[in-house]
Amino acid sequence: MDRIAGIINLDHEQDVLDELTYFRCSAAVPFAGRYRMIDFTISNMSNSRIESIAVFARRKYRSLMDHLEQGKAWDLDRKRGGLFILPPDWNDPTDISQGDLQHFHNNIDFITRTFADYVVVSGTQNICNINFRDVLEEHKASGADVTVVYKKVDELYPEHKRAHKLTIDESGRVTDIHNDQRSTNVYMDMYILEKNYLYRMIEDCIAHGCSHFFLDGIKARLPQIHIHAYEYEGAHALINSIESYYRHSASLINGANHEDLFKEEAPIFTKVKNEPPTKYSQDSKVANTLVANGCVIDGHVEDSILFRGVKVAKGAVIKNSIIMQRCEIDSNAVLENVILDKDCRISNSRTLIGVPEKPYVVAKRVSM
Amino acid sequence: MKKECVAMLLAGGQGTRLKSLTKQIAKPAVYFGGKYRIIDFPLSNCTNSGIDTVGVLTQYEPLILNSYIGIGSDWDLDRKYGGVSVLPPYVQSEEGGGWYTGTANAIYRNIKFLTQYEPDHVLVLSGDHIYKMDYSDMLDYHKASGADATISVIEVPWEEASRFGLMNTNDYGVITEFEEKPENPKSNLASMGVYIFRWDVLKRYLIDDAGNESSSHDFGKDIIPAMLGDYKKMMAYTFDGYWKDVGTVASLWEANMDLLEEKPELELNDHSWRIYSKSPNQPPQYISHEANVHNALINEGCRIHGSIDHSVIFYGVHVQEGSTIRDSVVMPDVKIGRNVTINRAIIAAGSVIEDGAVIGDPSLDSGITLVADEDSVLAKSYLEQIIK
Repeated sequence: MDRIAGIINLDHEQDVLDELTYFRCSAAVPFAGRYRMIDFTISNMSNSRIESIAVFARRKYRSLMDHLEQGKAWDLDRKRGGLFILPPDWNDPTDISQGDLQHFHNNIDFITRTFADYVVVSGTQNICNINFRDVLEEHKASGADVTVVYKKVDELYPEHKRAHKLTIDESGRVTDIHNDQRSTNVYMDMYILEKNYLYRMIEDCIAHGCSHFFLDGIKARLPQIHIHAYEYEGAHALINSIESYYRHSASLINGANHEDLFKEEAPIFTKVKNEPPTKYSQDSKVANTLVANGCVIDGHVEDSILFRGVKVAKGAVIKNSIIMQRCEIDSNAVLENVILDKDCRISNSRTLIGVPEKPYVVAKRVSM
Repeated sequence: MKKECVAMLLAGGQGTRLKSLTKQIAKPAVYFGGKYRIIDFPLSNCTNSGIDTVGVLTQYEPLILNSYIGIGSDWDLDRKYGGVSVLPPYVQSEEGGGWYTGTANAIYRNIKFLTQYEPDHVLVLSGDHIYKMDYSDMLDYHKASGADATISVIEVPWEEASRFGLMNTNDYGVITEFEEKPENPKSNLASMGVYIFRWDVLKRYLIDDAGNESSSHDFGKDIIPAMLGDYKKMMAYTFDGYWKDVGTVASLWEANMDLLEEKPELELNDHSWRIYSKSPNQPPQYISHEANVHNALINEGCRIHGSIDHSVIFYGVHVQEGSTIRDSVVMPDVKIGRNVTINRAIIAAGSVIEDGAVIGDPSLDSGITLVADEDSVLAKSYLEQIIK
């Protein structure tokens, strides 16, 4: 079996989720009741038997490191390979690399030392359940230099504006990478290539002063190199704004994509918190809601997501909201179209109401 | 490497009174509380009490128990020195092999295991009870009193006392007499099956007991009476808290129902004394528009479209539209179809309940119905009998 190594490149992921990315990078943003965005990428890799994974972290990575630990939750606490979190600490006086090439250059040992034949490079903003083994098979069959992953979306939303799009010929070969607003072939910020090819590309990029491996190294060479496109057909959510975060969370509640995203044969793993089952009281009233463990629900919750350890007191009403870990909602408080980050406390009878198009977001650890 | 106190957890019991719930698994592996197995309680108590060396004595149907315990990482018992060791019966070079013939025999046959830690004290636990207890407090009491053995006791109602092994004590907590299920109890202090012995003393008694052919090699029947007979200093340590033997279908059901009290005596949502368990790694539970959930404990991976009233639902359970579950315990990965009615029942893990099934009897004086088989086909035929 071919060996694959993984690189999770966070260098170009901007912290655009407003209050949710004040204190953390977007890869560490909590999503879907108990996960962080990066859990999907790492679980996909781990389920594809990728046993050596590097995380190129740049900013606000404290909570990311806390979450990933030694990679135990993904079975990545390995003697050989495993999880490597690589923050930007480098001291090579001869280093002339720029942008994310700094990461590739200064962590080149990860690439040279790994036993892998192929490398998957991925971001974390495209939530999906993908098998990279399938991508590799198609990559090998196509004879391409690089295979990029894309999703053909049914409908274009604002989050797709910033994404790159692909033009593909009948054979599946990429003929153009662009930003055409009408195109529905959304590039998912994932590609696979041979390790040795990656190594040569990195050297070449640095020699030519490139600062963005994908744009300057792959996209800019499009006429000369063979890029194949792999179409991913499963559940997909591109999250690069509060608006897209909120809308995709809501669609998860409504069951769309749920079975596609959480497959029994390819589960999404996350750090275990050892919370007891959730307790519903005699007075609780819960409808169309995703609830994580360790919650105590005495109030009324509808069309919402409750993360682990949330307490909802008697008489409190929560609608169309996302309530993160360990928040406490006191009696008779009313929350509608709200996103509460972790450890918030909403006192008695407070009312917070956002609009569906723009939810009211409360930063971590706020009491009001 | 020396350890002050090593725990020995007796986990070989069959638990025949749990009927088909223990057909393929040992009693300590039986599910409890929406998420746990019984053995999570003593193991978590050890971790939370700072006891990091635990021998788990297995015998009956050990497959699931062995893989569940693994190297103990779920309870933080994967340690360089000590940690958890599963100790099945084995063939010894001189004495030959054979099954553990009693609780004392199980410890006797693992003297080598204990000796490598040179413990001062040995904590003997059983894998049959649900409780949260700080063993380090009991150890302090045991050391301060200079006892040869300390037995943890709990006050039980006088009218129930004759169901237990009772400790008669003097005013100083010294045990003067032990009576197994007496008709006319003189005390209401029941043994919890939690013992701390001075290892040098216990070792002598274990060796003597092993040489005694008329002995049943049991702690309660042989070791404790022998020590009392020799006037060893034996103290009763009174435990004040929730403790329940879940040895029968009815008591297992009851203990689960206890968790649904508004302020349960056994609080599982307690960050200072977490009960650790293996995580099933499933997505959050989904409570649908049509669902009606009151007074319930529900775990991850569930998809609830029906009505849940006063019940404990383990992980991965699906309940379809129109179904009602009342006063029941539904174990992991049970799939319940449409328009099913379940009252006062325990549904064993992996069962498939077909549309329209009616299980259990809602009247309070009826017993607890047990639907138990790993094999869903059998569960179906069982149901067909009920429906007819």
